[in-house]
Amino acid sequence: MALYSEKVMDHFRNPRNVGVIEDADGVGEVGNAKCGDIMKMYLKIEDEIIKDVKFETFGCGSAIASSSMATEMIKGQPVSEAMKLTNKAVAEALDGLPDYKMHCSVLAEEAIKNALEDYESRKNNK
Amino acid sequence: MIYADNAATTKMSDAAIDTLTRCMKETFGNPSSLYSIGQTAKEVLEKAREDVAGVIGAQPREIIFTSGGSEADNQALLTAAALGKKNGKKHIVSSAFEHHAVLHTLERLKKEGFEVTLVDVHENGIVRPEEVEKAIREDTCLVTIMYANNEIGTIQPIREIGAICRQKKVLFHTDAVQAIGHIPVNVEEDNIDMLSSSARKFHGPKGVGFLYVKKGIKAENLITGGAQERGKRAGTENVPGIAAMATALKEAASKLDENTVKLSAARDRLIAGLKTIPHSALNGDEHSRLPGNVNFCFEGIEGESLLLLLDDKGIEASSGSACTSGSLDPSHVLLAIGRVHDVAHGSLRLSIGETITDEECDYIIKSVGEVVEYLRGFSPVWRDLVSGKKQFIL
Repeated sequence: MALYSEKVMDHFRNPRNVGVIEDADGVGEVGNAKCGDIMKMYLKIEDEIIKDVKFETFGCGSAIASSSMATEMIKGQPVSEAMKLTNKAVAEALDGLPDYKMHCSVLAEEAIKNALEDYESRKNNK
Repeated sequence: MIYADNAATTKMSDAAIDTLTRCMKETFGNPSSLYSIGQTAKEVLEKAREDVAGVIGAQPREIIFTSGGSEADNQALLTAAALGKKNGKKHIVSSAFEHHAVLHTLERLKKEGFEVTLVDVHENGIVRPEEVEKAIREDTCLVTIMYANNEIGTIQPIREIGAICRQKKVLFHTDAVQAIGHIPVNVEEDNIDMLSSSARKFHGPKGVGFLYVKKGIKAENLITGGAQERGKRAGTENVPGIAAMATALKEAASKLDENTVKLSAARDRLIAGLKTIPHSALNGDEHSRLPGNVNFCFEGIEGESLLLLLDDKGIEASSGSACTSGSLDPSHVLLAIGRVHDVAHGSLRLSIGETITDEECDYIIKSVGEVVEYLRGFSPVWRDLVSGKKQFIL
């Protein structure tokens, strides 16, 4: 049996939404290099809809795949829906992750929420 | 496919497979039985013992066959501990980058009241004999230092350490799992009291190894039962596996010089090529290392991603990466030589085999360069390094 599902390998080999949004409306970063995983998410939001999302990840195969899947799941969604994203949903969409890799999906959820919070706080400070 | 993980395990040689299958078919008897087929098995067993002993300069009766390197390490450490306990000596000297078969056994002994001093392995991954000498106390019952490190391949000054132990009258054990069959080892010349080895690291079968215990040292029996192995390891001997191990070891010993020349040249070609990747560094001393070992850190990337993408390119290697082992901590070996966590996560170990060609080396260099560049392309760590937000370490 392979370490990862086909879905994980697909998102790892061909990650969706990789990159940076220079004029992002919200940016989130979680994790640290010490633990071996860092995820950074950039959001472009118009009328409370996530128009674009990009990510950068330093981490293992499942960290990259989780980031990629999470961005796909929230792209085009209203901010209120994206806030409801769970790590479980990300892992399920990837056809599962090994137990000791579940923290990668947690990081993906946290990175997105972190970016959404950044968006909200910027909005409130306007 | 290029298999570059021979430090993890090797492919069995054809000669070893022949011995194994022949022995399974023809010499299936129990070596403890007195009828012919049993005695034939006994002859095969004792011939294997002679062959193994011959390669490392030991006497046949000094060899105990085990299930592998881990069991041999356990038996060696527990032997020294039992003798130490009897003499009121409960201090052991070792190093921080030993194999877990040694480190975890030391942890177990600590719970039984033993004290352990781990000597520094320094940035080059080499223990200093004078520091071992300093660490030895009146109550030291054992010094255990590996012959060559399993991750970074650095070869330790075993002969010098052994001489110090002889002079101080302290038992000296070495985990030689990565060394036997790859570099010359002689228990007499190297002043070794106990030595562990595993067949699968030199093209022998899995599940077989041996412990050398110098004559005069009473080995502690970990597995009680029958009187096999002179009462030092119960259980009917794995005759086919043991015979195949002897075949593989003799073969490795006879090709040692030829393989060393070939592997060292390939290793140096890989090191020179991989050094050209920006912000990379070789782990461990460049010269005092196993002929087939290359171990690098690449800043800004994580090791598991690197391994998976190399696998896609047909290169099978390993890493000291946290993610491969399922823990959040990177390799204890890389941390022991002073690599910080951030950098230690981006490691790659290539342990090449004798069949490697120059073209394969060049393909590995090119592939690693491509994958590292690709992963850095979307690494937030790399972005911070390039933008100056963080300082480069390598």
